[in-house]
Amino acid sequence: METLKTKKEEKKKETTMRISGAEAIIHCLLAEGVDLIYGYPGGAIMPVYDELYKFQDKLTHILTRHEQGATHAAQGYARVTGKVGVAMATSGPGATNLVTGIADAQIDSTPMVCITGQVTRSLLGSDAFQETDIVGISTPVTKWNYQITRVEEIPEIMAKAFYIAKSGRPGPVLIDITKNAQFDELDFKYEKCTGVRSYKPVPEPDASAIEKAAELINNAKKPYIVFGQGVILGKAEEELKALVEKAGIPAAWTILGLSAMDSDHPLNVGMVGMHGNYGPNILTNECDVLIAIGMRFDDRVTGNLQTYAKQAKVIHFEIDPAEINKNVKVEVAVLGNSKETLGMLLPLINENSHPEWVAEFEDKYQIEYDTLIKNDIYPTKEGLTMGEVIEQINEASGHKAVMVSDVGQHQMIACRYAKFKQTMSNVTSGGLGTMGFGLPAAIGAKMGAMDREVVAIIGDGGYQMTIQELGVIFQHNVPVKIVVLNNEHLGMVRQWQELFFESRYASTVMTNPDFVKIAEGYHIKSRRVVERSELKEAVEEMMASKDPYFLEVKVEKEDNVFPMIPTGASVADIRLK
Amino acid sequence: MEKQWYTISVYSENHVGLLNRISGIFLKRHINIESLNVSKSEIDGVSKFTIVVNTTEDWTRKIVGQIEKQIEVIKAFYHTDDETIYQESALFKIASHLLFDERQIQNIIKEHNSQIVTVSREFFVLAKTGRRHEIDEMHNALEPYGIMQFVRSGRIAVTKAAMPISELLEEFQEN
Repeated sequence: METLKTKKEEKKKETTMRISGAEAIIHCLLAEGVDLIYGYPGGAIMPVYDELYKFQDKLTHILTRHEQGATHAAQGYARVTGKVGVAMATSGPGATNLVTGIADAQIDSTPMVCITGQVTRSLLGSDAFQETDIVGISTPVTKWNYQITRVEEIPEIMAKAFYIAKSGRPGPVLIDITKNAQFDELDFKYEKCTGVRSYKPVPEPDASAIEKAAELINNAKKPYIVFGQGVILGKAEEELKALVEKAGIPAAWTILGLSAMDSDHPLNVGMVGMHGNYGPNILTNECDVLIAIGMRFDDRVTGNLQTYAKQAKVIHFEIDPAEINKNVKVEVAVLGNSKETLGMLLPLINENSHPEWVAEFEDKYQIEYDTLIKNDIYPTKEGLTMGEVIEQINEASGHKAVMVSDVGQHQMIACRYAKFKQTMSNVTSGGLGTMGFGLPAAIGAKMGAMDREVVAIIGDGGYQMTIQELGVIFQHNVPVKIVVLNNEHLGMVRQWQELFFESRYASTVMTNPDFVKIAEGYHIKSRRVVERSELKEAVEEMMASKDPYFLEVKVEKEDNVFPMIPTGASVADIRLK
Repeated sequence: MEKQWYTISVYSENHVGLLNRISGIFLKRHINIESLNVSKSEIDGVSKFTIVVNTTEDWTRKIVGQIEKQIEVIKAFYHTDDETIYQESALFKIASHLLFDERQIQNIIKEHNSQIVTVSREFFVLAKTGRRHEIDEMHNALEPYGIMQFVRSGRIAVTKAAMPISELLEEFQEN
């Protein structure tokens, strides 16, 4: 017995390490392949930061200037890499400052793990210094969250956090760790999580649903695809392209689906939604079969649901069963991972083409081009337009750059006119519409794709919400290209005030500081453009720069974004002016 | 669509915080929880929430979809009253002298099939199990004599049809 016991103990020694909870957290992160995290230290997370100091050769921590910046940077990183972004903060205000980014990641299905420190277990519920119920606060905006109060829980919970964040429909997970659990020791052993019994991340595809979908598509006269981020998250870009080409179906994208399909593909017909393209919106109400792939019929996409695609049979390819029949009643629901389900569908699809139907999109595009697009990207009027700046960036980047946008008019213009050859190239806050997202997300995107150009397109309003993150760009020499399209207004709200509130510009006029001087204060190369004649050369200079670069373009103050579906109107009632 | 009563049954892991997560789903949609009961279920280590709402089937279906999406929820179902066997329990605390002064009270106890749980010098306690309206009727009958305290439980329900929950868990064990 004696020897058996000793042997057992020896075996235990071989597979486990006696370490602190704080060190265990680092080992968990390393085991999950994390080499970069964003965060901000503070009292309740200090033991973990002490370990980060010791492990800095293996795990880089980037100190953002605000915890919100940490979440958006982690999101930007996740969106271009497909990996889980990690953000860290202390308890109380550190934790609450993460909430906006967490909510953004939740609604845009971005895999992210947030780690927060918490007051020591014995102080929980005592209104201790910097105590806040972050698990309670973050519950509605996390895919999962958990408070660790005992050191032994760390390996299992961390493994579960990463598994849940990235599996199925991805999302943010928050793990709150009390200080005692960081200080206490455990016998550490890490096993990756491979399943949670109450959680089925990917539904089994139903072959009969796929057969039914194929039959509808094969018999359709005017089939129409609308795809979303589910194609990117499911890595189904090739399958989508194959479907589009084999069946000859025009395909439009939601704002988060952008870049899943080459912008110049002849069957890529543009963007749906409030500021989407003319044809893709109007013809939604003329197609006979609407094939929705990895999108969730957001209200900004559908306009008035009572008049949305009522004539069409709707097929919904979707990973999340709760999205089926949530907003739009569907004829066929195909549950599962988009790569798998589209892969199963393809052999059942007949080769086909619909030239007359595709021509309708081309005709509508011509109308939109003549009335709008031409003037947006090749303007002849005096003031600079946002559209021409995007067009210059397209030319200078050869459609190869990652574009990160903030929220507002510039975002709509950027998404309308930016061209992409490569997937995972468009990073924007779609569902939540978080102003201030752009600059920190661009930092994360660049650090996730150092071999690619990353251009951040930001308005003067959103820029000032997270402008302090210039400090990160300066300190770590992150070579992002920042373009601020300055119209000295909160442009989108001003546009609505003009259209729907009789031009009463309540709190939308901004007196801005000298943005170039601010960038210079951070020792970032910078330039301001006020004349059209300087634009091309300035954009080229920016794109050629090996260092971070800030470009401010003074654009027309009261331009509006069109087309537009007014709130509550039908997609068929999209306005060109 | 018509509003009606639905009983939502949620089978879940027994974790702190899940109630908050589930109630948040109702809160977000402004749907009032009419009754809530949490207990163990027929499966070891699996909890069961029984939630009663009065809303349309469309909303109920969407809510159940959102509940089922929560990581620690194993499965959620919804049923109409016709599809379930359901009961509530109530306790009535009444001054003891009324038992002797008001002869009618004894008849109420008998007619409503209720039990005397305890009797002391000051008060006695009646327990009644039944449907909501049966408890309401007993309450109405006792009210004129004075009720010191009254409490009614949430609905508990079992379905007439099988709930294929054990199979789901077995499937997991196999994988």
